[in-house]
Amino acid sequence: MSSRTLPLLFINLGGEMLYILDQRLRAQNIPADKAKKVMNDIITTMFNKKFLEELFKPQELYSKKALRTVFDRLAHASIMRLNQASMDKLYDLMTMAFKYQVLLCPRPKDILLISFNHMDAIKDFVKDTPSILSQVDETYQQLIEMYTTLCSGEFQLIRQTLLIFFQDMHIRVSIFLKDKVQNSNGRFVLPTSGPVPYGTQVPGLIRMFSCTGEEVTRLQFNNGGNYTAALREGSFEIFRDRVTKLGTNMYSVSRPVETHMSGTSKNSAQHTKVNTAPNPLAKEELNLLAKLMGGLEVPKSGNADNVDNIVFQDQQVNAELAKIMGEFTESGEQSPSSSSKGDDLLAMMDGL
Amino acid sequence: ISMYHKEKSIQVKNSASALYNNLGVLRIAPRHLTYFTVVHANVVNMVSASWDGLNYSHRQLQSKEPNVATSTSLIMQAAFCPLPSRDLLVVTSQKGIQMYESDGSIMVYWHALDTPETPTAQAVFARGISAVRESYICVGVSSGAILVFDVPIKGSNITLSEVLKEHKESITDIAPECSGQPGMECIADLVSADDGGNLCVWKSGEDFQLLNNIPGFDMSCSSVKLWKGTVVAGYGTGQIHLYEAVTGILHAEINAHARWIYSLDIAPFSGLLLSAAEDSLVRVWHLTMTPETNSVEVAHLHNECVTDTQICGAKFCDGDGYAFAVTGYDLSEIIRYTQS
Repeated sequence: MSSRTLPLLFINLGGEMLYILDQRLRAQNIPADKAKKVMNDIITTMFNKKFLEELFKPQELYSKKALRTVFDRLAHASIMRLNQASMDKLYDLMTMAFKYQVLLCPRPKDILLISFNHMDAIKDFVKDTPSILSQVDETYQQLIEMYTTLCSGEFQLIRQTLLIFFQDMHIRVSIFLKDKVQNSNGRFVLPTSGPVPYGTQVPGLIRMFSCTGEEVTRLQFNNGGNYTAALREGSFEIFRDRVTKLGTNMYSVSRPVETHMSGTSKNSAQHTKVNTAPNPLAKEELNLLAKLMGGLEVPKSGNADNVDNIVFQDQQVNAELAKIMGEFTESGEQSPSSSSKGDDLLAMMDGL
Repeated sequence: ISMYHKEKSIQVKNSASALYNNLGVLRIAPRHLTYFTVVHANVVNMVSASWDGLNYSHRQLQSKEPNVATSTSLIMQAAFCPLPSRDLLVVTSQKGIQMYESDGSIMVYWHALDTPETPTAQAVFARGISAVRESYICVGVSSGAILVFDVPIKGSNITLSEVLKEHKESITDIAPECSGQPGMECIADLVSADDGGNLCVWKSGEDFQLLNNIPGFDMSCSSVKLWKGTVVAGYGTGQIHLYEAVTGILHAEINAHARWIYSLDIAPFSGLLLSAAEDSLVRVWHLTMTPETNSVEVAHLHNECVTDTQICGAKFCDGDGYAFAVTGYDLSEIIRYTQS
């Protein structure tokens, strides 16, 4: 449908991924300089000039499979290694978070504000590194250039394209369940209350006019909800207030993070079967992406024991990085009843 | 006592996609059947439901160009086009326009859109479908053009008769005059709407004639209807406007919904109006025309809330508005309501 959807999908999913990784690095007490290096390396790769050039070209959305591969590569752009199960969970969290934001955004144009919220946070992650910062600033300009002139209908088309991509995904996320923005069946709560979108009036008024344009009657009706007037419009410029909280960091320090696991096995049952039928275009997409992501070392086996690619000599750090790889289960930590390797490896994302 | 109550839903093979006017309904009175269509990505789900509620049969139509094995594209809309001589099912996608016999059994016509070699910033698709008068089917295109097809009484010799180039923005919806009253000669036959909220009113014929152009206010009009010479238009702001078609006079303005309107429908014999939006609400209104004073009155009658659902399709199942059906994004069912 819309050929301008991919940049927004990539940037917002990337932003969510960074929020989650940032939280995990802090939660597992990774030394600040190493954590920063992980984040910087991933952000540098994410905003790689050649990759973004390709991304911003008009094109249809990548298939679910191809996009997942992009994020697999991105997640491994640093010294950090994630096993298959952890990567699965990370991707589930990222996609459900963005699905939530797209569904709940009051106006289709607000998807751009959500994107700017992610960009603002990414800027903050790299504020001490001028070289990466300038890459991020350039991307801001590209977003402003490409999207601020689109009409409402074109934004809705982008939104509809994203909603098709996210169709039938109902994975339960503990932080959403806790906040009561998601039901136990995995569907998001859509409130019939709160401020109406900017540009919309609170429903309830019928005005009827004469042929000469004078208002002759006003009627009120019960709107069945509890709406309030719209808030001020968020800004689309570089250093401004976005107004909406959608796209800001759900996992930030000021928020208590949910540590209860919400039943992985049930979650996996709700996974939609991704169409694995051979798609002649997929190979092409993957080849292009592999080229652009620039020959990253991705461990061939799913074995998280493989630490050969990691640069650090420090024994202490190796142990901590092994934690990130999800091998480590602390005593007393609530682990699933099965002691199979698969369940243990989910420890990486356990806290979320 | 509530005006409508919920009936048993019809289960559909896939969930509905978030597309405007995503529900097609065709009532086949002689066979006591109703056909429903719901679009899911590149598939049209068709259900044939018997009126006694005992028999349901399902069929899926894929969007693909004939003779091109690997090509698939997303469907924008599926709608029934009832003509005096025959009923057709029209499916529009990013690649072109398919026309089927109304039960979806045979494809009788395919029209390919001009799709560029490499994708352009401006998306290419067909959207907005309407039968007009005796033998025309009109389909909108993302460029703003409207293709007029001439449909013979039977057979597949459907031809492109005209291309109407009035709209500058992507077509969102097209609707015929639906009053269907013999002896009531309506001047306007068709209304078309676009992403800028502009409305064009037409007279059909060998050469379609533009009767009026009602300018928009920079907000997409996602759904439009024409009844007894009155245009009813639903917008992304959640407002509904009623205009006199040939003059453009604004009769009424309703702050109807808290989110983008996705679907409007009118029951022509009773003047009931149905509106549905992303805000989870379906609303029923009543329109009264008073030709003597050239006025239109609107009264609000009923609300239905489909909890936690962004509605994408809502249609009356009969000409009196005795029953209506609703579809929602990510829902794999057609929800039905009947008057109490």
